[in-house]
Amino acid sequence: MEVTDSGLREPAMQLKNVRKEFYSRKSNAIRGVDVAVAVDDVSLEIYPGESLGLVGESGSGKSTVGRLMLRLLEPTNGQIYLSGNDITKLNRRKMRRLRGQVQAVFQDISGSLNPKITIGKLLAEPLEFHSTLNKSQREIRVRELIELVGLSVHHLARYPYELSGGQRQRVSIARALATQPKVLVLDEPVSALDVSTQSQVVNLLQELQERLKIACLFIAHDLFIVHHVCNRIAVMYLGSIIEIGSAEQVYSSPRHPYTQALISAIPHPNPTIELNRKRIVLEGEIPTPTNIPSGCRFHTRCPYVMDICKTVEPTLEEYEDGGRVACHLHIEGPKLGGKSVDSLRDSLVK
Amino acid sequence: MMTSNLSGRKLLKIENLTLKLPTEKGWIQILEDVNFEIDKGEVLGLAGESGSGKSLTALAIMNLLPRNAQVSGSIEFGGLNLLELSTKDMRSIRGREIGMVFQEPMSSLHPSWTVGEQISEVIRTHEKVSRKAAWSRSVQMLALMDIPNPAERAKQYAFQFSGGMQQRVMMAIALSCNPKLLIADEPTTALDATIQAQIMEIIQSMQKEREMAILFITHDLGVLASLAQRILIMYAGQLIELADASVIFDDPLHPYTQGLILSAPHPGMKGGKLPSIKGDPPRLGRLPSGCRFHPRCEFALEICKVEAIPVTQTPDGRTVRCIRSDELMLGKQIEVAVS
Repeated sequence: MEVTDSGLREPAMQLKNVRKEFYSRKSNAIRGVDVAVAVDDVSLEIYPGESLGLVGESGSGKSTVGRLMLRLLEPTNGQIYLSGNDITKLNRRKMRRLRGQVQAVFQDISGSLNPKITIGKLLAEPLEFHSTLNKSQREIRVRELIELVGLSVHHLARYPYELSGGQRQRVSIARALATQPKVLVLDEPVSALDVSTQSQVVNLLQELQERLKIACLFIAHDLFIVHHVCNRIAVMYLGSIIEIGSAEQVYSSPRHPYTQALISAIPHPNPTIELNRKRIVLEGEIPTPTNIPSGCRFHTRCPYVMDICKTVEPTLEEYEDGGRVACHLHIEGPKLGGKSVDSLRDSLVK
Repeated sequence: MMTSNLSGRKLLKIENLTLKLPTEKGWIQILEDVNFEIDKGEVLGLAGESGSGKSLTALAIMNLLPRNAQVSGSIEFGGLNLLELSTKDMRSIRGREIGMVFQEPMSSLHPSWTVGEQISEVIRTHEKVSRKAAWSRSVQMLALMDIPNPAERAKQYAFQFSGGMQQRVMMAIALSCNPKLLIADEPTTALDATIQAQIMEIIQSMQKEREMAILFITHDLGVLASLAQRILIMYAGQLIELADASVIFDDPLHPYTQGLILSAPHPGMKGGKLPSIKGDPPRLGRLPSGCRFHPRCEFALEICKVEAIPVTQTPDGRTVRCIRSDELMLGKQIEVAVS
């Protein structure tokens, strides 16, 4: 696994204290607005050739982070840097020139490809806007791209509906790679696929990412896949990053009780192991972003909640291995000091 | 009203179920010769990918297939062939003897009826009870599903509930008349991991408490591991393997089952490439000749490409549709991959 030496290299993409609010008319009232804080003070960086996994439940703000990176949304506060340049305030025309450098693959396979044009045209389109290649050069590049994602030249004349889900997602990936982006935002790229094709696309993404040295943000709800593909994992809860660290550390020895519960919720596909496994079932549901709990935002569902958690918001505490966690357990109370929260598990699991 | 007399251990028996649906290009076969049984109080897991026919099998049991469907075979439930029942008789079974929960609770719930009214309706359709008694039972059902403030929540509408809470309401409706069989079609697929764990706990405890049989349909084998006693795998409209949950994960007999197990999230595996099955599931109406899995099978022989493969029984009572199952030793490869 790659170690990120923040001193030496420049991140391909960096968010500094980014906040995003959405407004809606107050329910049950004539006046006033509800403010939903979808992303609350998020800072992260992705280095070239690195892939960062962003996991969380629906409503945690993970897709909003992706959209902010793509500048499909404007942040309320904070800065966004692309290869060291602040792109937060760039106007539309300047931003359009940079669009080729930050590309995206989305979950909705049929919604991402124009049904009326052929695969060949779909792949040539980004090149017309974002490259200086002439027509015959573009044709060569399109052929390269289709083979890069494991399809063949005869697919170029087909229309999206003639391809299977997995093949269409390969086309989306090829299209995102057409302009040789520095940053790729993958928002649940395999969630809509069948189990047997899911792993094909995961393998392809991993191979391409290693070969092309792109910085990837891999947004997913499935911790297992993220653990497999990514170097680092960030866990979001209600708009905020509550734990971030190497994929191995976050997955094998989670420090935050929420990360622990998320991992414990993945059923093991072997009945002998599954039946003897201790499961943590969280109570309640994720609160709404219009009404974020005081103190630690997870305290309403946390099995280890202490008094301090209800009033004081924990900050991200950094440990020697580079992992960071926002949880009072590590400083107050049992003073875990960066150890896995798993040691507390036996005290309360049935 | 008709009552089914259930006797013996068998609750449901499906024999030679074949289903065709018309399209512009003619009839396409959705299910072919599906055979299985469910015992009283048993949980049978039904797994397969999209297009494998698992949901239409469930709809066939509920007699909810499209009018223009061509069905043959029999679905026996407590001495009755459900496929031959009149609409009225079927209605007395649906909701009372067999309950059903679907993937999308929001589209299954009525948007302009309160949740309590929807549960009461089911109770009053099947039992002679007063409005008041039905309402208080509705509240009890919501409480049983661990919904906080059930008395208040019963007066609310579906849109006021979150996805996980809506699925609890669906469960309350499905279980309100104490059915002998619950059909759960991907009930947790649309939910977040932590909410999925909550719903699975409820399903499991209700099943134990009421000794209710469940047909649990999913694409996620992991969900079935701790829930099901037996697991049935479908591929392209055919049953391809049926075995006890305790053996199928360690020792699958069909290459497709093995592929599914290996490509499912496996916390033990780390690094390198994820095992996958090459190619895509076949499209309905364009099924391959011979064994329907042969274009994706790494063990396919010439004969697999031409001859339809029958279902066979192994000496130890397992069912599989593969002519090479006894020589392949697929379990060995899983051992290697996991260790």
